[in-house]
Amino acid sequence: MSLRSPLGRARGLGSAKSGTDHWWAQRLTALALVPLIIWFVISMITITGADHETALAFIGSPINAVLLTLLIVAVFHHGQLGLQVVIEDYVHTKWLEVALILAVKGAAIFFGVASVYAVIAIALGG
Amino acid sequence: MAEFSLPKNSKPVEGKEWPKPDGAKNVKTFKIYRWSPDDGQNPRIDTYHLDLDDCGPMVLDALIKIKNEVDSTLTFRRSCREGVCGSCAMNIDGANTLACTKYITDAKGDVKIYPLPHQRVIKDLVPDQTHFFAQYREIEPWLKTDTPAPERERLQTPEDRAKIDGLWECVLCACCSTSCPSYWWNEDRYLGPAILLQAYRWLADSRDEATGERLDRLEDPFRLYRCHTIMNCTKTCPKHLNPAKAIAEIKKMMVERRL
Repeated sequence: MSLRSPLGRARGLGSAKSGTDHWWAQRLTALALVPLIIWFVISMITITGADHETALAFIGSPINAVLLTLLIVAVFHHGQLGLQVVIEDYVHTKWLEVALILAVKGAAIFFGVASVYAVIAIALGG
Repeated sequence: MAEFSLPKNSKPVEGKEWPKPDGAKNVKTFKIYRWSPDDGQNPRIDTYHLDLDDCGPMVLDALIKIKNEVDSTLTFRRSCREGVCGSCAMNIDGANTLACTKYITDAKGDVKIYPLPHQRVIKDLVPDQTHFFAQYREIEPWLKTDTPAPERERLQTPEDRAKIDGLWECVLCACCSTSCPSYWWNEDRYLGPAILLQAYRWLADSRDEATGERLDRLEDPFRLYRCHTIMNCTKTCPKHLNPAKAIAEIKKMMVERRL
């Protein structure tokens, strides 16, 4: 029960004056992922069944290491942007919504950094 | 969490079956949602039978015939009976549309009639549209200018005038907004397709001088960006407009002003 006027409720806290960067970043990462995923899938098919040495050599080659790093950044950035939207859509308990978004972003950063570190370690002969 | 099932006291139960018309050959059955705020009962689905040889062709004709001749307690909004007022929007045969422009024979089998989805019901087929129209008021749907009014009308080229075709025809029936899952889950903050199409009607008007200010007020993760291009709005619009495209145009303007 609230005696607030309908216009007051519709206005709420007003416009956040943001959202465009989020939306635009989601489109751009999606666009970048089209060639990156095609390259990744083809590469994985060509080295299927290869031994450990071949796999290390593949990841360690400069062009592959750069493309893999780009793929990892784009995948985790795109993924966390998308999951944030899903949580905002469906989770309406505020503390849970904020906690889930932070967890998703934290996990994306953790696994993204770990993946990039793995690629760099192999590429630099670690 | 978003609510995916109805509360116990909102679940419809089997209602009353009204008598069939005597000696009718062309009988159509109507299953209509009934709920009254006064009796504390669950909503019920009443069954009516009409002789189509003795009834107008549209669903609204059937509703008026039921109210006049069968059951005067049936409650619904209607006014113009020709698709320009937007009053008789309801869910017919599983899709939101205007009862006055929907042919009874379009429905295969029984004609199922419910109020617009996910809105509070005032009575029977009448939804509460207070919030919907407050959201419309919030986008300030009028021409805003700083240039003093000229002695005659504000001029616009025929090309610029054409840019608001497909927008001004919107009758604010709310069929699109109440068909949108994103509006169902977040109508408190998301403006919904109808209001965003109306917002774009003013953004696209060459005579308006508040474009930037209007974009400022729309730029919000919920107000605008809850649109996920589901396209139910465009599919259901009884005026064959394209709210999804209008929203896409707003998103384009948002990017355009920062590139």
